[in-house]
Amino acid sequence: MTSVSSTEFQHQHHFKDAEHQYASAKQGVWLFLCTEILMFGGLFVGYLIYHSLYPEVFKNGSHTLDWKLGAVNTIVLLFSSFTMAAAISYVQKGKKQLAIIALAVTIACAAIFMIVKYFEYGHKFAVGTVPGKFSLVDPKCGVGVAREKCRTKVDQILKDPALQEKYHVSAVEATKLQAVISKPRWEMFYGFYFVMTGLHGLHVVAGAVLIFWVLLKTMKGTVGPAYFTPVEGVGLFWHVVDLVWIYLFPLLYLVG
Amino acid sequence: MSATQVTTHHAAHSEHDYLNHQKGIWSWMTTIDHKRIGLMYLLTVGTLFLIGGFFAMGIRLHLAKFGATPLLEPDTYNKFMTFHGAIMVFMVIIPGIPAFLGNFVLPIQLGAKDVAFPRLNLASYYIFVAGALLAASSMYFNQVDTGWTFYTPYSTAKTGNGVILLVMGAFTMGFSSILTGLNFIVTTHKLRAPGMTMDRIPLMVWALYSTSIIQILATPVLAITLLLLAAEKTLGVGIFDPDLGGDPVLFQHFFWFYSHPAVYIMILPAMGVISELVTAFSKKTIFGYRAIAYSSVAIAAVSFLVWGHHMFVSGQSTLAGIVFSLITMFVGVPTAIKLFNWISTMYRGTISFHAPMLYAIGFMFLFTIGGLTGVFLASTGIDIHFHDTYFVVAHFHYVMVGGTLMALMGGIFYWFPKMFGRMSSDLGGRISWVLIFSGFNVTFYPQFILGAMGMPRRYFDYLPEYTSLNQISTVGSWLIGLGFVVGLVTIIHGILRGEKASDNPWGARTLEWQTSSPPPHENFVNTPQVTAGPYDFR
Repeated sequence: MTSVSSTEFQHQHHFKDAEHQYASAKQGVWLFLCTEILMFGGLFVGYLIYHSLYPEVFKNGSHTLDWKLGAVNTIVLLFSSFTMAAAISYVQKGKKQLAIIALAVTIACAAIFMIVKYFEYGHKFAVGTVPGKFSLVDPKCGVGVAREKCRTKVDQILKDPALQEKYHVSAVEATKLQAVISKPRWEMFYGFYFVMTGLHGLHVVAGAVLIFWVLLKTMKGTVGPAYFTPVEGVGLFWHVVDLVWIYLFPLLYLVG
Repeated sequence: MSATQVTTHHAAHSEHDYLNHQKGIWSWMTTIDHKRIGLMYLLTVGTLFLIGGFFAMGIRLHLAKFGATPLLEPDTYNKFMTFHGAIMVFMVIIPGIPAFLGNFVLPIQLGAKDVAFPRLNLASYYIFVAGALLAASSMYFNQVDTGWTFYTPYSTAKTGNGVILLVMGAFTMGFSSILTGLNFIVTTHKLRAPGMTMDRIPLMVWALYSTSIIQILATPVLAITLLLLAAEKTLGVGIFDPDLGGDPVLFQHFFWFYSHPAVYIMILPAMGVISELVTAFSKKTIFGYRAIAYSSVAIAAVSFLVWGHHMFVSGQSTLAGIVFSLITMFVGVPTAIKLFNWISTMYRGTISFHAPMLYAIGFMFLFTIGGLTGVFLASTGIDIHFHDTYFVVAHFHYVMVGGTLMALMGGIFYWFPKMFGRMSSDLGGRISWVLIFSGFNVTFYPQFILGAMGMPRRYFDYLPEYTSLNQISTVGSWLIGLGFVVGLVTIIHGILRGEKASDNPWGARTLEWQTSSPPPHENFVNTPQVTAGPYDFR
């Protein structure tokens, strides 16, 4: 990178010059991103295995997700990737005000994403399309007894129009839920849904915190045309968070 | 000759070394000097080793059945076994050589002032400590009895919630391991001294580099596995729970996809240490530098393709078993390449039998037995008989203790003068070696026989015909314990009372011996210029 000037920025003692430090830091960030991909890779392998074991369960489960909300979140994250890339460019060019705005917009996008997720999660908790024992009316029922004999929340809601009213379950959704619980092991899909989006959501929050950290650095002027490694590193991380969602969205929302 | 290019300033010898560069306990706690962080790992890992060793001695004493009443309750025995395994694997052998010796040696051997990310290095130390404390807290709240492998469905459905603490502790320590590996890879690529080309870096660095690759690629998979296990236990997501449609064997696949490469995280750095010791104490250029270097990378690569050999009887297909069996045997090839190169290095060398060299020879002897019995276990037909018997226990102790711990002890005595600027007693080192080496064989050789006779592992009790061999094994464990006590006393005595060490007491050729003992804060007064390979003897 030619834009690094070693005159303004004091590099650390064990590096030859600022460019040497920059190249090393960047290599470190890329290696860290490899570990992120491998960690999510384990989940994707698990998804693949269970999808092939229970294709109907995954199809029915996928139908109960709101693809419109998923699409909104996809657009929000894609846009945030753009503003993040723009922020890096602004920092490199020394356009401090624009960089601050771009970073703030990126954080706002992360917040929108999480708010949308909050409503999606909230509805699933309400209607009981959640993994494991929490899908049962009485969570203690599953202990020691065959689960098939326990009553699920979904079943309870489908048989009670008042509850459907209360939790805003439309007739269309009721049909979809009916299809879901008609297959055994239907909780498996929601196990993956919550673990995959949950881990991804944690990364969105972590990314937002990191972006806030570089936002502070930008405001203080500790990053700029001479030294922008943290902004670029956080940017790379944010793109990976985005990229993981690009795969999660079709696998969970559209696969059916 | 790299040696002639470095100017050492003896005038600045005692005032400006890294040990007294800054003073006080706080300067150690907040240091970002890789050498000090290395020593902090030594202290931490050493303490954990004593705790893990305590549990091991308890297990052996119980199994000797000397008294009329059993020493441990069955549940207590299971907990001892779990803590021994979890502490020794996650907290001693995995961080032992890379985080302690590697941190100290790698930057100096490359001619660097520090690792690439010194603050990250310190962070990774504290993350390790936090993980160890988290794991240890399970001893207080709810002791785990699953064994260190946390196999489902027992760990998810039957046992207490302490397993969540232990698993999250291992997760946290894995994160520390990733950060150390990341640091080493970038340091090796970016911070080599002028002239230190990739075919001039010491074999210890090649070994640590290969280890780091495994740490980066395999540990995240363990991380997600342990997270899923914790999610399974707290939320009941069902991925490993057959009641909910999950598959417990998937846990084994995930777990061994990390934990088999992790075996090479444990042994590759040890092989790096042995390469250094053999050439330094044979006063001879290493035989087959490239072969040893590339075989480290080859082992790292193959290590990802052999995890299924832990699961020959777990219900995987016969075809998968055969493929895993073949690939597993292939690991023997790069391993044997190393061994034959070390022996060829010693051939017609000027060998001096100082304590570190004795440990190196002990390593070769014990590791050969451990490695060859590994080939037995890789054969599917034989493994069906040996699986879950003491044969397996003996095999991996020959590799992990006879291999890694022997190399760790040899490495400590070898780099001791560089670390502390003093010599440890060579006699003390030799006595500890004799005790550990002989005690080790007395302890674990009978376990091969016990395993072949069919004694199952992990059980707190056994049939009467196994008694005498078990008692021999227990007596051996006392010899090992005594050997480590002698080693500890030698180390402490050396730190406090040892004679002042010269800069290069062993006459070795790698860069760390070309600077003062102990090295200055920035390792070298002038950045070294490297003009030849690392083992330029004759």
